[in-house]
Amino acid sequence: MPHDHHHNHEHTEPPSDLELRVKALESLLVEKGLVKTETLNAIIETYEHKVGPRNGAHVVAKAWTDPGFKQALIKDATEAVASLGYCGRQGEHLEVVENTNDTHNLVVCTLCSCYPWTVLGLPPAWYKSAPYRSRAVSDPRAVLKEFGTQLDEKSVIRVWDSTSEMRYLVLPQRPQGTENWSEQDLQQLVSRNSMIGVELARSPEQKGEGDK
Amino acid sequence: MKGGHDLGGQLEMGPINPEPESQEPVFHADWERRVFALTLATGMLGKWNIDESRHARERQDPLAYVQNSYYENWLEGLEKLLVEKGLVSIEELGLTANTPGQTTESLMAPNPQIAQEILSFGAHSIIKTDNEPLFGNGDSVLVRASQTAGHTRVPKYAQGVIGTVVAKLGCHSFPDSNALGVHEGKFLYRVAFSGADLWDHSSTQTEVLIDLWEPYLDGAGN
Repeated sequence: MPHDHHHNHEHTEPPSDLELRVKALESLLVEKGLVKTETLNAIIETYEHKVGPRNGAHVVAKAWTDPGFKQALIKDATEAVASLGYCGRQGEHLEVVENTNDTHNLVVCTLCSCYPWTVLGLPPAWYKSAPYRSRAVSDPRAVLKEFGTQLDEKSVIRVWDSTSEMRYLVLPQRPQGTENWSEQDLQQLVSRNSMIGVELARSPEQKGEGDK
Repeated sequence: MKGGHDLGGQLEMGPINPEPESQEPVFHADWERRVFALTLATGMLGKWNIDESRHARERQDPLAYVQNSYYENWLEGLEKLLVEKGLVSIEELGLTANTPGQTTESLMAPNPQIAQEILSFGAHSIIKTDNEPLFGNGDSVLVRASQTAGHTRVPKYAQGVIGTVVAKLGCHSFPDSNALGVHEGKFLYRVAFSGADLWDHSSTQTEVLIDLWEPYLDGAGN
């Protein structure tokens, strides 16, 4: 079947035959009793509206403000994150990797699209794209530059290739000038991209950017 | 065998062009929503595991894999599994004629509540064992060249390269076997590689950490 998709775009106009093919498949599976429409709708509702990067932002902001929680998070992220109510599919073996002044972490899945769903939801299109999957391991500094992230030349970049069922969440550095901020306010600074490691957490001046 | 999915280090894939985070929807078309949900819902029937599912997406022309959009690859994989596991026939999918396919058993499609429970419970991959891991932290290991024509989780770019074990992650379901429906555990390690050992052009300021199962590794002295 010919496709006119560009390989680095996940969202080009679908040919109508694709829409029809999916509709036909769904009807067939419902008719055969293999799926229930209401279950499909519930699954979509869960990952479109309930499970998403706000979960991860909660985890990160709590780690910034609660040293005991941070310690527990580094020791056993699966358990610490579950204590906030986030657990389940694609988060069964979670690990948190912490950015420091001299080390920056970046997460990728070169073989498919492994991603910590429980804390970040479903991955963005670029995370699943061939350009990111190919270059995150071979040229991470250039990849970071494409996201506008410039690191100190001396800092080490650690790239985590998610080849197993372990899932990685980056703990970004707490931005300067936020000493008296509440956990609630700090959450606004934790972008999804900062928890994948392609960006840093937002500065206080960039606080509103997540709402745009 | 290296399929179209094994993308680490591939050249000339072009720019990433990320959509701005605040503007990107979770799904870009309604059919993507449906393919995602159909894949998860049919997975709950218990007829295949996660590695069979990954392998089904990988088993296609490498060029088609890269040219397809992400959820097209999911759809390809799903249709393949449904036919191979006898849940639907090729005729029913309206693809080609003359292939048998039948639903011989009664399967229970989960209702929304059960589905939510399955999703929030997850499925861990640890397998109990009395064996001891062969390697310890600090050991040098050489990644073997993969001989399998089937599913594997050892990226091509690490094969033939020496790294250092930095963590023992326990005994986990071995994907190469799991993709064939054989559920067995092997020890999993976190192995650290210097970027300079992986890539000619890379600086020593880059480190790549890969989770690798024991059968992928040979000792390389200390």
